[in-house]
Amino acid sequence: MPSELTMPELMYREALNQALAEEMERDANVFLIGEEVGRYNGAFKVSQGLLDKFGSARIIDAPISELGFTGMSVGAAMVGLRPVVEMMTWNFAILAMDQIVNNAAKLRHMSGGQLRCPIVFRGPGGAGGRLSSQHSQALEANYAHFPGLKVIAPATPADAKGMLKAAIRDENPVIMFEGERLYAIKGEVPEGEHVVPLGKADVKREGTDVTIITWSRMYYFCMQAAEELAKEGISAEVLDLRTLRPLDEEAILASVRKTNRVVIVEEGWALAGVGASVVDIIQSKAFDDLDAPVARVTGLDVNMSYAANLENATQPDAPKIIDAVKKVLYREGA
Amino acid sequence: MASPYSKEQLLTMYRKMYLIRRFEERAGQQYTLGKIAGFCHLYIGQEAVAVGPIEAIRPDDYMLSAYRDHGQPLARGSDAGMVMAELFGRGTGYSKGKGGSMHIFDIEHHFYGGYGIVGGQIPLAAGMAFASRYRNEDRVTVCYFGDAAANQGSFHETFNMAAKWKLPVIYICENNRYGMGTAIARTSAVPEIHKRAAAYGMRGEPVDGMDCLKMYEAVKDAAAYCRAGKGPVLLEANTYRFRGHSMADPATYRSKTEVEEERKNDPIPKLRDHALKNKLGQDSDFEAIEEEVKAQVDAAVKFADESPEPSLEELWRDTIVEEGEQDVRPRERVLGVKVTNWPKYPSGQELKVTWDLEPREQAEAADKKAGLSR
Repeated sequence: MPSELTMPELMYREALNQALAEEMERDANVFLIGEEVGRYNGAFKVSQGLLDKFGSARIIDAPISELGFTGMSVGAAMVGLRPVVEMMTWNFAILAMDQIVNNAAKLRHMSGGQLRCPIVFRGPGGAGGRLSSQHSQALEANYAHFPGLKVIAPATPADAKGMLKAAIRDENPVIMFEGERLYAIKGEVPEGEHVVPLGKADVKREGTDVTIITWSRMYYFCMQAAEELAKEGISAEVLDLRTLRPLDEEAILASVRKTNRVVIVEEGWALAGVGASVVDIIQSKAFDDLDAPVARVTGLDVNMSYAANLENATQPDAPKIIDAVKKVLYREGA
Repeated sequence: MASPYSKEQLLTMYRKMYLIRRFEERAGQQYTLGKIAGFCHLYIGQEAVAVGPIEAIRPDDYMLSAYRDHGQPLARGSDAGMVMAELFGRGTGYSKGKGGSMHIFDIEHHFYGGYGIVGGQIPLAAGMAFASRYRNEDRVTVCYFGDAAANQGSFHETFNMAAKWKLPVIYICENNRYGMGTAIARTSAVPEIHKRAAAYGMRGEPVDGMDCLKMYEAVKDAAAYCRAGKGPVLLEANTYRFRGHSMADPATYRSKTEVEEERKNDPIPKLRDHALKNKLGQDSDFEAIEEEVKAQVDAAVKFADESPEPSLEELWRDTIVEEGEQDVRPRERVLGVKVTNWPKYPSGQELKVTWDLEPREQAEAADKKAGLSR
């Protein structure tokens, strides 16, 4: 297709920047607030250049008071503005969790359907980078737990742009996890009106022997593992969930019915993780289609260390995924 | 000195305070009968704090409160039967029985809710005030919270932003002297809450919260200040709740003498005395109002009691807005009243944002002074 050939390559952060600029252009109710989003151009440069374009009433440098500016933005959304709240990292958003969970997620319910809260909370999540325990965690499972929220975690620049645009247009509170270590990743991104619907998973690589289910940064390890496995004649399908709440059950079950074997790869901890719910969906709705127990590759059940070797050992990677795939295929040596 | 009020104004305020009092007495009674469950925080004694301010602002000004939230919507004009039905957990309540006592919402009357987490609503109010400025509307937002909420981080974080950005919001601290069962002086380094406004360079004043007219004057003044773009105001309404923290609280942490002393300060007879003394109403006026209100509250209880519980399908509604889904207008749904004043907001195309939080010239001048280049 010629149009695909001419698609520009953008970094993940540039794709997000483009989505923000386009949506702010389209709708004056959209504003961005967060720490360092304005004159500093964003701690991770997602908001580069936006202050000059849209002014200080729409690109708002907030004080370092996460609960305060998060709650303020929820209030603005209650009366029809469409705030995008940038969390410098999701680790800091723990301070704002009351406003997200007790207010944003519950306003419509508690008001019996009178109120809506169209707001996006976005920022980098995930582990790595030698940052130790407080700055290095994949926290999406926490938010996926709450009714009233939508939770998304795009892996590619194209999805990042399309899903942020969809999130800004959504009438509900949307939690968007961006991979802190994905911001500089490049990929083809359609120009202009490119909206990726929330709640839809995506088969990023077709395969027949095993399904690897994942999202966000782990997607890249899964693709790497799939390429390695192909060399050994194993055909792996990679299903990128993209949205963690609501989960795309249909896509999960369709792939399971095709390959009959599943490995779920999650950056966060195993207990009460998103992957645990995916296992539940599979075993309760496609048990007869399984040829092996579902395997999970997750972060280890420990806090993150600063030491490089400990940090590496804590996280999933391609070799761990390959091992898990061989295990569900009952291959020797696994 | 002659009263600056009209007879109509005084009788309206009296009617509202009396409605809240009777409504809350009946709510307490229905709680003991097991018709109302959960927490039920009664407003008895604090009526002046709701009624004075509400008379002083416009009907389209935004308002929100904490979990002691039956009084404000009644004073704003919400249907007493539907508020009572919410307390009963019936499908005809404002939140279809999903919110209960602590979460009354009546958007038609610009009452944006009661909130159950102490201090959790304080930043929301700043956001609503922010939206008014963003859209160049001269609305104010009135936000109620209790004395104990002043020790929450949300209070300090929000006051910093509201003052820095001169947001048109009036915070009314209802200082009834107890955070649940703990006297505010036992937990607060500065128990005079209004003094804390000074820390943010913001206007803060104490008001006699047992006097409806004093509350009226204070809010009238504060609203003009806010609408003029001068920034937020903190009013500390010194008031007293005659009952426990909630219906589950026998209030043994305070003495009988203290309560008896405070009861002499009842805001309802106080307003009546003011009117009688100034010949703006006579006993028969007040008696007529009392009879009408009693009948109104009886009807409210009857309405709630006879209303059905919400249908089980309601479990699956109102959590996520589905595509194309309309918002629920309670009085339209329950009473068949045509609601015409539902808030309407300008679309992205109509809206022109002209406000500057940090005007460019100022920012550049500050940079220059600091020797920075942009």
